[in-house]
Amino acid sequence: MKVSLDGIGFPGGAARPDAGAGARAGESAPAGLDALGVCAWFGRTQVLDDVNLSVTPASVTALIGPSGCGKSTFLRILNRMHESTEGAQMAGEVFLNGEDVYGPGHRLTDVRKQIGMVFQKPNPFPSMSIADNVTAGLGLTNTKVSRSDRVDLIEECLTRAGLWNEVKDRLERPGAALSGGQQQRLCIARSLAVRPKVLLMDEPCSALDPTSTRRIEDTIAELQEDVTIVIVTHNMQQATRVSQRAAFFLAEPGRPGGIIEQGDTVDLFEHPRDERTSDYVNGRFG
Amino acid sequence: MTTLYSVPQVDEDDAPPARPRTPRRIRSFTPEDRFAAVGSVLASLALVDVAYLHIFYFSGLLGFLLCWYVAYLVVYGVVVSLANPRPIVVERLVTSTLYLASAVVVLALGSTVVYIFAKGWRALVHVNFFTHDMAGVSPTAPLTQGGILHAIVGTVIEVGIAVAVSVPLGIGTAVYMTEVRGRGSKLVRTVVESMTALPEILAGLFVYVVLIIEFGLSKTGLAVSAAMAVTMVPIIARAGEVALRVVPGGLREASSALGATHWKTVVRVVLPSAAAGLVTATILAIARGIGETAIPLICSGASSFMNTNPVQEPMNSLPLYIYTAYTTHESLAITRAFGAASVLMTMVLVLFVTARFLVRDKKVRR
Amino acid sequence: MTTTVDLAPSPTPPSEPRAPRRLSPGLQPSDRIFHGGATVIGMVVLALTGAIGLFLGYQSIPTLHTYGLHFFTETQWLPELNKIGIAAVLVGTVEVALVAMVVSFPLALMLALFITDYAPKRIKSWLISTVDLMAAVPSIIYGLWGFYLLQPHAINVARFLSQYVGWFPVFHVDTDPNAAVWQQSRYTSSAFIAGLAVAMMAIPLACAIMRGVFDQAPLGEREAAMALGGTRFGVARTVVLPFAKGGVIGGTMLALGRALGETAAVLIIISPAYDIKPRILEAGTQTTSALIAGNFGNATKSQLSALLTAGFVLFVITLGVNSIAAVFIRRSRSGAGTEI
Repeated sequence: MKVSLDGIGFPGGAARPDAGAGARAGESAPAGLDALGVCAWFGRTQVLDDVNLSVTPASVTALIGPSGCGKSTFLRILNRMHESTEGAQMAGEVFLNGEDVYGPGHRLTDVRKQIGMVFQKPNPFPSMSIADNVTAGLGLTNTKVSRSDRVDLIEECLTRAGLWNEVKDRLERPGAALSGGQQQRLCIARSLAVRPKVLLMDEPCSALDPTSTRRIEDTIAELQEDVTIVIVTHNMQQATRVSQRAAFFLAEPGRPGGIIEQGDTVDLFEHPRDERTSDYVNGRFG
Repeated sequence: MTTLYSVPQVDEDDAPPARPRTPRRIRSFTPEDRFAAVGSVLASLALVDVAYLHIFYFSGLLGFLLCWYVAYLVVYGVVVSLANPRPIVVERLVTSTLYLASAVVVLALGSTVVYIFAKGWRALVHVNFFTHDMAGVSPTAPLTQGGILHAIVGTVIEVGIAVAVSVPLGIGTAVYMTEVRGRGSKLVRTVVESMTALPEILAGLFVYVVLIIEFGLSKTGLAVSAAMAVTMVPIIARAGEVALRVVPGGLREASSALGATHWKTVVRVVLPSAAAGLVTATILAIARGIGETAIPLICSGASSFMNTNPVQEPMNSLPLYIYTAYTTHESLAITRAFGAASVLMTMVLVLFVTARFLVRDKKVRR
Repeated sequence: MTTTVDLAPSPTPPSEPRAPRRLSPGLQPSDRIFHGGATVIGMVVLALTGAIGLFLGYQSIPTLHTYGLHFFTETQWLPELNKIGIAAVLVGTVEVALVAMVVSFPLALMLALFITDYAPKRIKSWLISTVDLMAAVPSIIYGLWGFYLLQPHAINVARFLSQYVGWFPVFHVDTDPNAAVWQQSRYTSSAFIAGLAVAMMAIPLACAIMRGVFDQAPLGEREAAMALGGTRFGVARTVVLPFAKGGVIGGTMLALGRALGETAAVLIIISPAYDIKPRILEAGTQTTSALIAGNFGNATKSQLSALLTAGFVLFVITLGVNSIAAVFIRRSRSGAGTEI
């Protein structure tokens, strides 16, 4: 499918080559993410200590572990959402393609444009139609797009999110008038419209039924060539289904959490080196 | 192959953490931005100073301030747009405007309070202001004569009676609406809600016509109290209903499960839980009652002598005193009026702080 | 190996379907008294408060009987000449209230948005207390403030407006604004200045309600807007303001209702004038409540009835405005948890 994005004006944005998935280099090539020594606090309580993670471009990385050990907090540090919470603080660096997103030269809104997020509970904007929801990010970041480009963009993003066929006849209906799984795919389409380099997903399927879950997992598989994906999941089988690499988080009671072990997903599950990892992936706790 | 990271184990609590970490200071408003903002303020001030005063010869403080604000928006907008994309420019301008709007409102309130005390100060320094009434004292008499004791006492008595009547009625109605929930409660709620919209002057007029004209009673403090109660009851009832409704149903169920009657549940469990909200509602209703002018204007007379009897003779009160002193347009009388206004303002402040304190105190204890 | 469990022998099925059992809770005597007492109180309050509305309406009958519809078209209030009507008075009431709303709506909205989304934590609670205090200040104090402190400055603004936009009827003043020594007295005691003082009472009321609905904007949607790269204002206009539409309108209308009935501040500031004119900057106007307050003292029985009729009209208008406000608040997304 050909989409011309000349009008959008992204940095480094020449006219992109045609065609389907894979060749979307140039504006929003999937990027690598490196977290170095990340710590997190809520008020005086430290919840994460010294987390180091390398995320390869165009891959899916899963963050697994029991609830309450800081996976979602870490995810929110990656796109600078953590600091929007009252009393939240962080330490360490997060490098997007080699540049620290917390550095002085980086605007908060730009970071979030380049690192998108899909939340656990689908949150389409109810006051907007489905079409407007998809392009909501453009309005928020004041990205101009011509009318014909807008139509193409909506179709492209909804297709990539796996929702186009279901809603193509009712794009003007309110965004909230969809089922849970459809809403979540709409949120994915909305995140894609701003052309992020990385997409963070915080347990995107935990509130959905198995059919919707499967659809979204298919979508993740298709998306990963264009967008680096980091997904927090409670569901170990999901981690094995969608991710190439995984990191196991754990927090001892009363202590900040961190990564115990990370590596290829297959290795983590079949040949875990730490006893706690082995206990978790074999279901002995969690 | 996987990589292991050591997270300090529970039993190794003697070992210090590998790298002591302190939180990072993340600044979204850089020193550069600060400089841009301050610079724009000064630049726009200079611009307007020249243009307003020396080129256009305008006059008036308000106009100057308005022009300064517009100039600031333009200058700051241009400065910010040099280094930032449009959403950020819009964001900065909006933020400045919001700060300014809040400052305007706070300044308006502040100027009110300060002005009242500043103009009333000369009357307040005299002890006789608080210990005498105005019997036999003409409005133009010097400030060493006369005082507003009768007005203060009048306000206290009138509001006291009004509170004594409206608190039981108001809370009783609130209990009826939330706990008993009889068949009429929906109607009661609708009527009570519409009555909170009743302008005070109509309450006063109602009492005036019914009690004073029809029943031939004279203008007394009691009439004022009655009219005050008419305005206070709906406020207490409605706010009380909210406070009671917020009490979790689980508490009521727990009490019932222990075998308590409904009456005991309400008195021992529900009302104490809602106490903070009920007290706040009462205090705010009192603050409202104290400040009402139209009611004493209609239902009572502006007497100049002290009267502690609410059922006989007119009774002066602070708002009424202020208004009648103002209408004389004599400078000393007006100073006295401001003095009385200061006393009124202080009463309201004390009530307000008390209400805040009570709410905060409960929160701390929990 | 499996085990079977014998269920208890099933009773013969009932011949007809079971109906729910009627339980008689049987209130305790103390509860009967309690319920009865509360009901009595509720009914008393209902009767008393309802009586006011009915009473005012009933008292209006003789007036309407005497003057008929002329009561609503006559502008003068001259009881001696038997010419009374509330046309000018109603117009004045609306003018003062509208000025108050035009000033207070943007200020209350901006203040509410600032408090919920922009204010740093320390300023936020302090600011909330200040706004609440603003609501508690008696209206006569705002009247004094408006008359003595604000008026001298406000008439300069009025003169400026009449100078430059005086061609528009609303801003026109019947005097020469360009004169070297301009007539200050033509600009004092106007609907404009009274409206400014009334605005001080409308702002905290509207702001409190707007703040309540802004707070309720769902966090999930706010975070979604943030995660897309929106600025704080972007989040506000995409999520908070659309969500809070109903509350904003409702809060404004409630403040309008309050402004319509305001007495003390208006009494102090305006000088009564009975003509229908759009010229809010010009001296002289009259509102319903000021009319009643100013004229009840010397009123004969029939004049009193006329004043009561005016009061009844004011009550109906205020009630109408408040009811519409309540509808807006309840029907909106933000309505569910808002207490007005």
